[in-house]
Amino acid sequence: MAEQPRDELQYENEHVHEVYDQIATHFSSTRYKPWPVVDEFLRSLPAGAVGLDVGCGNGKYLPVNKSVFIIASDRSKALIDIARQHEPHTAIVADTLHLPHPPARFDFAISIAVIHHLSSVERRVQAIRTIIQTLRPPLKGSSGGQALIFVWALEQKYSRRGWDQGSQQDVLVPWILKPDQTSGPDSPPKTYQRYYHLYHEGELDNDAIAAGARILRSGYDRDNWWVIIARQA
Amino acid sequence: MKLLTTNFLTCAVKTCKTSPLSFPLHFKDATLERTEIDFDPLFMRNLLPRVNWDALTTTATELGLQALVPAKNPVDVVEQSRGDDGDIDVQAEAEADAEGTTINATETNADHEIEEEILRRLHNLLLETGVVEGKLVCGNCGFEYPIKEGVGNFLLPAHLV
Ligand SMILES: [Zn+2]
Repeated sequence: MAEQPRDELQYENEHVHEVYDQIATHFSSTRYKPWPVVDEFLRSLPAGAVGLDVGCGNGKYLPVNKSVFIIASDRSKALIDIARQHEPHTAIVADTLHLPHPPARFDFAISIAVIHHLSSVERRVQAIRTIIQTLRPPLKGSSGGQALIFVWALEQKYSRRGWDQGSQQDVLVPWILKPDQTSGPDSPPKTYQRYYHLYHEGELDNDAIAAGARILRSGYDRDNWWVIIARQA
Repeated sequence: MKLLTTNFLTCAVKTCKTSPLSFPLHFKDATLERTEIDFDPLFMRNLLPRVNWDALTTTATELGLQALVPAKNPVDVVEQSRGDDGDIDVQAEAEADAEGTTINATETNADHEIEEEILRRLHNLLLETGVVEGKLVCGNCGFEYPIKEGVGNFLLPAHLV
């Protein structure tokens, strides 16, 4: 699988990008509550800080702190059209593995529920490497730029999905779009299959280290693993 | 696409990132727009050390807005006058600024005054002025990234990935 990145891209097109384009409007109305760890990370930033929201989706984290400047990006034009309304920030269409940003300029980055959609470990590590390259390097006793990354956990036995240690890590999760007024009440619900890689305990930290990052903090929150990372000194 | 945004954009092609020709990207066939955004003096003051002034000057000149860009970053002017008063650490600080101010260092700058009128004008240029239609072109590989309805698209065609 790893030797055929073109096929992985095609697979992700079908099972990630096209799905999000189709469900963008609906997805938007169901995701609005900022997760506490993300909320706290964004609120702790000083006024005037400049950062990235990589894979911003509908931009639900953009309203959290309006005294920083965020360039939010997503592959889905439909989601960016929703995310772009959050001033003073900016939203652009871009690929997580090919970010159009100069290296070492950014104070912070977030990537929430994004890299678990990449379908090989090489691509997931590359995504983290791409993100940390945008961060300011540590300087004069400061840690430099920091990135917060969230991914879905394998260990979530009390969730509706019921996955846990030993479960299959690469899964297709159905998204059922119920018929609405536009499609008519009699039309059948449409099902889209989204690809996820479910992270087991320690795996996100390992991927971050493989990407050359320095781990500042990490943890588990609401069925997700998260990590705050920086560049090596 | 705000002028401020273009100060933090380069070509998405990996091999272009190491070339000085890829930053900043160059506007082509650009149509300007103005969006009203709340003025926040502390935000603007802290933002300035993060702006690449040479790149901003290039971008503004390409759009015919060079008259709106001060010759020097107002932050550097303030730092310099402070140095004349006998700050012996000015060289180290200039170096720190060249590589960028760190998250922790920003607050310590807050006591250096920049006139609000200057901040307001830069707010107008960096945040409120943008390109609604046009292209951003890489000076290294020549690829043209389209801007439509104010949104830049940086997805690469398969042969450049
Ligand atoms: Zn290029």
